[in-house]
Amino acid sequence: MVDLSIDFCGIKSPNPFWLASAPPANSAYQVQKAFEQGWGGAVWKTIGAPVLNVSNRYGTIDYKGAKIIGLNNVELISDRPINTNLKEISEVKRNFPNHAVIVSVMVESKKEAWQEIIKRTQETNCDGFELNFGCPHGMSERGMGSAMGQDPQYTQMVTQWVMEVATKPVIVKLTPNITDIVVPARAAVAGGTNALSLINTINSIMGVDLNTFELRPNVGGKGGHGGYAGMAVKPIALHMLSSVANDSIIQQAKVPISGIGGIETWQDVAEFMLLGATSVQVCTAVMHWGFRIVEDMIDGLSNWMESKNFNTVYDFIGKSLPRISSFGDFDLGFKSAAKINQDKCIQCNLCFIACNDAAHQCIDLQSMQMDEGFQKMFPVVRENDCVGCALCASVCPVNDCISMVEVESHRPHITWNELIKSKPEVLEWDKMEEYRQKSNIHIH
Amino acid sequence: MVEHVKSNRNKIWELSLEDRFKEVYPPLSDKEAQTEAMRCLYCYDAPCIKACPTDIDIPTFIRKIATANVKGSAKTILESNLLGGSCARVCPTQELCEGACVMGSEHKPIMIGRLQRYACDYSASHNIQHFKPLPNNGFKVAIVGTGPAGLACAGELAKLGFDVTCFEKNSLAGGLSTYGIVVFREPVEVSLAEVKQIEALGVKIETNKALGKDFTLNQLIKNYDAVFLGIGLGNVPQLNIPNDKVVIDGLEFIAATKIKDLNTLKIGKRICIVGAGNTAIDCATIAKRLGAQRVTILYRRSEAEMPCYYFEYEFALSEGVGFMFLTQPISINLDFNGQIESLNCVRMDLQNESINGRRISRPVPNSEFNLPCDMLITAIGQNKHHDILDNLNQLGIDIESGYIMVDKHTNQTKHPKIYAGGDCIRLKGEASTVAAVQDGKIAAKAIYENLVSAKVKKVEVKNNG
Repeated sequence: MVDLSIDFCGIKSPNPFWLASAPPANSAYQVQKAFEQGWGGAVWKTIGAPVLNVSNRYGTIDYKGAKIIGLNNVELISDRPINTNLKEISEVKRNFPNHAVIVSVMVESKKEAWQEIIKRTQETNCDGFELNFGCPHGMSERGMGSAMGQDPQYTQMVTQWVMEVATKPVIVKLTPNITDIVVPARAAVAGGTNALSLINTINSIMGVDLNTFELRPNVGGKGGHGGYAGMAVKPIALHMLSSVANDSIIQQAKVPISGIGGIETWQDVAEFMLLGATSVQVCTAVMHWGFRIVEDMIDGLSNWMESKNFNTVYDFIGKSLPRISSFGDFDLGFKSAAKINQDKCIQCNLCFIACNDAAHQCIDLQSMQMDEGFQKMFPVVRENDCVGCALCASVCPVNDCISMVEVESHRPHITWNELIKSKPEVLEWDKMEEYRQKSNIHIH
Repeated sequence: MVEHVKSNRNKIWELSLEDRFKEVYPPLSDKEAQTEAMRCLYCYDAPCIKACPTDIDIPTFIRKIATANVKGSAKTILESNLLGGSCARVCPTQELCEGACVMGSEHKPIMIGRLQRYACDYSASHNIQHFKPLPNNGFKVAIVGTGPAGLACAGELAKLGFDVTCFEKNSLAGGLSTYGIVVFREPVEVSLAEVKQIEALGVKIETNKALGKDFTLNQLIKNYDAVFLGIGLGNVPQLNIPNDKVVIDGLEFIAATKIKDLNTLKIGKRICIVGAGNTAIDCATIAKRLGAQRVTILYRRSEAEMPCYYFEYEFALSEGVGFMFLTQPISINLDFNGQIESLNCVRMDLQNESINGRRISRPVPNSEFNLPCDMLITAIGQNKHHDILDNLNQLGIDIESGYIMVDKHTNQTKHPKIYAGGDCIRLKGEASTVAAVQDGKIAAKAIYENLVSAKVKKVEVKNNG
């Protein structure tokens, strides 16, 4: 049996699966039900300033029959009385002493307000705090949420206020609605945070009704930006996670990261952890299917770990981070080419049209006489002309039909950064042409 | 019918004998399985689970296929049904899980049976051991018969730490899964692989050991803490018409195609089958695939009264099997060599009265006719094991119409040590593999509660007292 338990800056959790601070973590009823079904922890829906909610609150994107590949919301932080929340938090902690109960908090930008809510919440015996510097709607207009996360000075200052009084670990939750997420991440670390979590939701408008011209979600004829989440945001989250996790200043501070954004299956979890997340937080998938999805997350991740001979999650957290590089450090001499397995090809010829119209025109359609007396057009790759872009393999609907195979490029194995250091002249077109001739790089 | 299956049925004579007896439905490819799994809505409180006699958590096992956790998927299935691989193939899914699938009303049901087969085959081909039996609890249980009921009971008990020994009268374990399901529905290897999995849990199986011949019930009662009877039913009854000694038992006919070299089987050209249950359909489709020119099912009632599943009837029709309804054989004509030459049959008329919802039929006077036939197979139900039943009756166990009576919540008989399940208790309702598996599970749970839980309670009372 593998060991899924984690120690997240002192917050102990039987597994890395936490409910994100969101509607599924709104009450003791929900959080306790989630724990019973296997969730290791929960970040309580943000408590703090008084609010009023509207309806409708959610807009979604479906794609070709799949429901909710993305969901946005204009729901605010908890609208339940703060005393009710605090009472329920201590009740949950009493009933589930070995699970992680973290409380998300957000108040206006006043030192006394932040320190007071932290002190009050600490009395619940919760395991830690998450500072909501990410909510992009409703609260941000009042100077809270992402308004704090988008200003590194604010981020650092508020974090410092909290750290002065917090006796439990503090996680700062970052907003993705910013040019470079590493900047506020460093600010939170400078403010003394114990951990980071990311990403919060992304500014979005889900769509327009073509009959009524109303926006989705429609609030009495009006709409506005809401926070976008769900599996569609996962690649953005993975990028932001890896840039924070790979940052040298963050690494020196040794703060663990809780990964959030589009996590639905154990496979997503494994990817987040390979890129540096110690715990993961889930909301949209639970909103779609309920708490029960955690069973396959536990089972699937355990089976995968066994198959890879990992005994604990620490055997693979961050394992893929060293592979994160940048364009200037890629090997210009590495080449791949598309190989089509003609036994598997079904002649949909999507690869042909993608390559011909949108890539580099290196697939031909060749007519083949069939036994039955008719002709069929087969896609055939001109390997010498293939630039190895992988578009054909991406559009191919058949598993393992088109594979990108590494081929000998007969080119120097050098990176762009090395090249412009040793041959700065290639930054001129004529010298670049010369270099290409010499280096067996032929672009048609 | 499942529309994307490539039909290989139309020109059966163009296929080799081996190919004709390959599984009708090919296994799902990874792509097919993933695509189909993703179509599942993952319903909450799903009707498919309720429609499954063994309560398999179907939405969960399908979701695990969608997330490529196929090992976990198989475990989810096998936790509820150790014979999931057999059931995936032989369950009347249209009547059970797939019939209940909510997608059926708007689109088409999820192919639950074939997805289950995908996961179970993955598990079997990777030889995955999903369960670690609890430490030995000191109790010994004997299982008589290794069909689905016996194997399920044995496996569940072994998981709970019992010392389990199975007795099987045939040379191979597996019961009707091994001997009675047509090869192109379930290859014998599937059944034998499941037997191996049960043995891997620590169950001992003694083959060629028949109750009443090699050992007695009293010996079992004396030597074991509990006995589970999964003895099934017997041979097909005699037709009781002149020359019926040349008739072939339908179950034996099917068994031969499961365990013998197909090339050695002798087959007639004009074959008649008497009966219209699922076994009769199996015999007819096998006969067709073995190369018989004309295969005809004779049934004394009409299409509406046939006991077989409708999809099996459709399958037989698509295989080219002929049906003569309202027809009954009354005698068999032999040639000089004693070989069957033709049947004398009589036309029947349906009456208004019915038995068990099926109208009865009576011969039409002066309607006799001659039907050329060189092989006659019967599939008109099964005899009961009367010797065993008499013996059980002497032990105080109730027998009704040849079936063993049990408490439906525990499958315990009136004898406290004896439990039973499978076809031998199926007085009412459809006999099926999946129902037999559930019988075995119910008995295993009851045996555990009556022996182990009771012992724990006794110890508690002692400690407290």
